[in-house]
Amino acid sequence: MPKAFKPSVITANALLEGDVVYLGPDGWVRDLADAEVITDEADADIRLLEAGAQADTVVGVYLAEVDNSSGTPEPTHFREAFRAKGPSNYAHGKQETA
Amino acid sequence: MYSYTDFDAAFLAERNAQFRAQVERRIAGHLTEDEFKPLRLMNGLYLQLHAYMLRVAIPYGTLKSAQMEKLADIAERWDKGYGHFTTRQNIQYNWPELRDVPDMLDALAEVNLHAIQTSGNTIRNVTADHFAGAAADEIADPRPVAELIRQWSTDHPEFQFLPRKFKVAVTGSPHDRAVIKAHDIGLRIVERDGEQGFEVVVGGGLGRTPMIGKVLYDFVRSEDLLPTLEAIVSVYNLLGRRDNKYKARIKITVHENGIEDIRARVDARYKLIRDQFTGVDQQMLSRIEADFAAPTFKSADTAAFDRAYRYDPAFQSWADTNLTAHRNPEYAIVSISLKAHGKTPGDASARQMRLMAQLARRYGHDELRISHEQNVILPHVHRGDLPSVYNALRAEGLGTANIGLISDIIACPGMDYCALATARSIPVAQEIATRFDELKLEHDVGPLKIKISGCINACGHHHVGHIGILGLDRAGVENYQITLGGDGTEDAAIGERAGPGFSADEIVPAIERIVMAYLDLREDREETFLQTYRRLGLAPFKSALYPEAKADAA
Ligand code: HEM
Ligand code: SF4
Repeated sequence: MPKAFKPSVITANALLEGDVVYLGPDGWVRDLADAEVITDEADADIRLLEAGAQADTVVGVYLAEVDNSSGTPEPTHFREAFRAKGPSNYAHGKQETA
Repeated sequence: MYSYTDFDAAFLAERNAQFRAQVERRIAGHLTEDEFKPLRLMNGLYLQLHAYMLRVAIPYGTLKSAQMEKLADIAERWDKGYGHFTTRQNIQYNWPELRDVPDMLDALAEVNLHAIQTSGNTIRNVTADHFAGAAADEIADPRPVAELIRQWSTDHPEFQFLPRKFKVAVTGSPHDRAVIKAHDIGLRIVERDGEQGFEVVVGGGLGRTPMIGKVLYDFVRSEDLLPTLEAIVSVYNLLGRRDNKYKARIKITVHENGIEDIRARVDARYKLIRDQFTGVDQQMLSRIEADFAAPTFKSADTAAFDRAYRYDPAFQSWADTNLTAHRNPEYAIVSISLKAHGKTPGDASARQMRLMAQLARRYGHDELRISHEQNVILPHVHRGDLPSVYNALRAEGLGTANIGLISDIIACPGMDYCALATARSIPVAQEIATRFDELKLEHDVGPLKIKISGCINACGHHHVGHIGILGLDRAGVENYQITLGGDGTEDAAIGERAGPGFSADEIVPAIERIVMAYLDLREDREETFLQTYRRLGLAPFKSALYPEAKADAA
């Protein structure tokens, strides 16, 4: 049986700044909370293709699983949690502007 | 110090102009990422977890004050006001923006620094003993030959697409401070019948399959060194596995073919190419050696040192741990700790970099070194000036007296920065240092090297740590594997796995149990952790680490 599709967001790094971005309903956003949560595999495939075609603004597009049970997407893996927040030794990255 | 020629300067200017045009074309959408990525990597520019990362080479770890000041300027102008010194004598900037990088490279070029061959499957930055040119036990300064190797390898047409990256380290002392046995090629200056030559070690490396290098030749004469290196690298270039990235390093080539077979092939290749080396390299070496002439040392009163040593316990403690014997007895080698308790190992702020540069200019013959242990060295300071140096350092948070002690931890960037990481390293280092500072045991424990990597690539050298910590991802949770008994010196050894890993919450208490066990087990204060481990083996440390397992078995 194929693995059930888990809620996910599309993520990448911004070409100019290199920081983490997510695909929102109207383009790339910096905050995971504003990302579009995709629940359907076919939908994800299409959105990934669209996102991958924007190679002039982002680098390294991929799908990352989230927990959307609270209505706001939360990372399910600690790597995505660091990407969403920034490093733990300084208040740099996303947490700087949060 | 090697002085650049007009040719070198023109070469850098041209490379930077080329890269500037490539960045512009990428931003304008004329180059795809697939086309651009190899170009940016050729100029030391990575894309990491939260930002780009620019890796700048500090050849054999040597810097002039003006170069250090430029590194500070760059940190302030285009980054977040600090830089990270690594185990490969590089500095990494963690937050540059793509369009600024060409300006950063131009700024570096103003002081003859660059990021060429800090990435890619080429011969990387040649590293050397950080006490080069100063250590009391040194046979000869390893830097002239390191510079010669750098000039030979930079843009060497045959060696731009090796099976994997290739690392060379050089030491001029019997005591190995450059970890030469964990490098693709390690060179040690040795003497035979009054003549200086090189012991050549090949096939060491860390990563997922750690190996200690093997002696390929026990004595190579100076004039035969470059042809020997050329023969080794071309044999590896042909023979190295290109089918599997994980088996591509020369350590695997040596392991799979055997050192005798490799030696026979290198000998054969050497015979073919020896004549191409007509002695020009030896003329170059003489010129380079002249550039590295030792500074003129002064002779002056050292009473200020004696007074501070007697009356200032903080100075005394710092002098005991952070100074090393200089070949001139009136002088000392100062190791400046970038490991203040609770701070990020290897990070220096722009202010700190400027202070270290000023101190080098005023008291240290304008010389600084970066150690593979992520500290900064002032190689030549007169003893009479040491109290002034110490007071200035302390005022900027650089006076920590912990060189070689438990909080002088090497830690790779781990998952806080590195895209390859499977767990974090920095917070583990911070917590261990803070914990032992609270316990006030650090000086009692004595020499102990803890080294931490955030993945199997082993940038943090955990395999050669007396206590090594490797961060792993166990089902989406950070987990830490401990190894014991590793050693990166002339007695190099790979650490043994202690047993199952520990969670992020458990790792610091686990390290504490090992250290407490050592304090119980050592014969006396003179017996170091490593000596105790070598005498008793893993078993007593294992029972300290896993008390439940012991109870179960009983
Ligand atoms: C920040 C991102 C970094 C990336 C992406 C990176 C990449 C890598 C990779 C892929 C390897 C594995 C090579 C192998 O197969 O042996 C490696 C090994 C290594 N790197 Fe890094 N590195 C990074 C940072 C660093 C830093 C900060 C240091 C020093 C603190 C460092 C020094 C080393 C060393 C010493 C090794 C072990 C090589 C060996 O002897 O096998 N790297 N690195
Ligand atoms: S050991 Fe792994 S996590 Fe640490 S810097 Fe190297 S590649 Fe990154």
